[in-house]
Amino acid sequence: MTTTKSKLAEESATHLAACEAFAASATGPEWLRTLRRNGVTHFTELGFPTTKFEDWIYCNVAPLTKLAFKPATSADAGVTAEQLAPFAFPGWTGSRLVFVNGHFAPALSTLPAPQKGVTITSLAAALASGDKLVEAQLAHHASVDGSGFSALNTAFIADGAFIALAPNAVAAEPVHLLFISAPGDTANTAQPRNLIVAGANSSAKVVEHYVSLGGAAHFTNAITEIIVGEGAHIEHAKFQEENLEAFHIATVQATLARDSRFLSHSISTGARLARHNIHLVMTGQGVDCVMNGLYAVGGKQLVDHHTVADHTVPHCNSHEFYHGILGGSSRGVFNGKIYVRKDAQKTDAKQTSRNFLLTDTATVNAKPQLEILADDVKCTHGATVGQLNDEALFYCRTRGIAEVNARRLLTHAFASEIVNRITVEPVREHLEQVLWARLEELIEKK
Amino acid sequence: MSQPLIEIKDLSAGINGKQILKGINLTVRPGEVHAIMGPNGSGKSTLGYVLAGRKGYDVTGGSVTYDGKDLIALPPEDRAREGLFLAFQYPVEIPGVNNTYFLRAAYNELRKHRKQEEVDAVDFLAIVKEKMKLLELPDSMMKRAVNEGFSGGEKKRNEIFQMAVLDPKLAVLDETDSGLDIDALRIVAEGVNKLKRPDNAAIVITHYQRLLNYIVPDFVHVLFDGRLIKSGGKELALELEEKGYDWLIGKHAK
Repeated sequence: MTTTKSKLAEESATHLAACEAFAASATGPEWLRTLRRNGVTHFTELGFPTTKFEDWIYCNVAPLTKLAFKPATSADAGVTAEQLAPFAFPGWTGSRLVFVNGHFAPALSTLPAPQKGVTITSLAAALASGDKLVEAQLAHHASVDGSGFSALNTAFIADGAFIALAPNAVAAEPVHLLFISAPGDTANTAQPRNLIVAGANSSAKVVEHYVSLGGAAHFTNAITEIIVGEGAHIEHAKFQEENLEAFHIATVQATLARDSRFLSHSISTGARLARHNIHLVMTGQGVDCVMNGLYAVGGKQLVDHHTVADHTVPHCNSHEFYHGILGGSSRGVFNGKIYVRKDAQKTDAKQTSRNFLLTDTATVNAKPQLEILADDVKCTHGATVGQLNDEALFYCRTRGIAEVNARRLLTHAFASEIVNRITVEPVREHLEQVLWARLEELIEKK
Repeated sequence: MSQPLIEIKDLSAGINGKQILKGINLTVRPGEVHAIMGPNGSGKSTLGYVLAGRKGYDVTGGSVTYDGKDLIALPPEDRAREGLFLAFQYPVEIPGVNNTYFLRAAYNELRKHRKQEEVDAVDFLAIVKEKMKLLELPDSMMKRAVNEGFSGGEKKRNEIFQMAVLDPKLAVLDETDSGLDIDALRIVAEGVNKLKRPDNAAIVITHYQRLLNYIVPDFVHVLFDGRLIKSGGKELALELEEKGYDWLIGKHAK
């Protein structure tokens, strides 16, 4: 036990020292400083998860702990507007908030036109202005001790996106949050902390988009908290296309109030190791939420989704659809938990996880986990891992479509089923371009 | 007499080493409609799959000459491009692929094969509209994914619609009538009849005589235990309707 502990401590020692230094020097109101110190304490206790932890069995983060830890303290990395061109959505005329290494870069950003009841800014700006909403909500939803990563992110809270919608406010256009990692000598780690607070009956669509400049290794450790008020409607799309050396660990934590609707998308094509935690808690009746996800990976990539649909009250629906396409020697992990608490009668929870293996060397671990304590509920789940459907392949061929094209068509279709649920067209178009290129690579390299 | 469109000689075929077709002989000429009837398990669907080239259905003997070519040597897509069409008994659902997109991809494959220019989405829509009317298809069906969530009748109509657009030389309809109510049956049959021309032909595989009230065949064949045990004109279908298969099978078994 002592050896494990000291080894753990050794691996996280530099991280811990950096945490302590940051927590000691960073400015801010007392509550925020306490929050950060709390993060440090928990990180000291938790360190990095190992494959002995149940939730990390298939996700070995050891290579990540060996990466030099250089947390960014500013957006200053010499990024130019031209370098952002490949990450623009086709035909996008809306606003775009750019974060370089996790810090807001106003010069690279286009803010939306001011709109009554709609605040779209950086967390740093909201903290500086003393916005009471931030104090009331920040770190009240995502647990600081969920893992060493959430503790680490909390210890470094400084910047990210802040979106607040007053009751009945409807954001005029979707918001593009572009998180760009530009690893360099002084910084290779981004730890954005995002907060979205939607008042009663408000509505917005938010896209969180993670990319890299260059091919050097870097580390993204992000947390997004989303509070969806009564009757509010939020669509949240997360798209991770970082470089193939990157480590990406991220949590989306949403609290869903009565009669709210929440549509979550997670599309993951990049990173050497990507771990996505998506955790939805339904706290009021009549919630309707969807978790929609797609991963397309190859080479030696590892992509891991851990999702939770927590039904704490009656009459809520959660529907989950995850598709994986895996080539090379890549590995996919899907762990979908559905909790139906004792009082959550009339729950309607559905979960499907489907995976295509393009090669014999790709693997998937798909595990639905249902804990149902109420007796009048409708819960279904299904996980499949396999190759393309032979019957569909034959059907295409009898219509004159050559086998190789039929394979392509069916693989694309499998991805489209997920992409088509995104309601923002320019995002869909961008995704299609990136995904199609990625799928072609995976199909060719197989 | 015109050249045969397809000439099946002594065709034997099976799946996983199990012999199902045991020497089929059938010649179909342009302008003809042939009905193949038979009880369950006689090999009707196997014949359809063998002609279309499904993997796992191995030809163990005989030959199939289609339009002067060795059909068995061609992969399924080339058979389709040469004008052979199989309407599936159980059409396959392809989620995520739009019905119109799919059909245009197929249509353009055929055009490429004939060294014709591909058609764009706009021109294709005009072609499609006309055929949709023929089969009384709602517009909404074209916006949905291929066969996904279609009712049994919609799937069958979609098959015949694909056939109408792809305009094959030889159509093989595998139990297109099964699972259809009488209205859907009428629409499907009328569609097939309207597509009939002196230069194309159809093989209609069916279990019931009912379909043949609407699609009048020139020849009727009875398939039993992998062989065509009786052939005749359209009156044979009526005779089968009246007497069932047993009188024929009994004779054959002796």
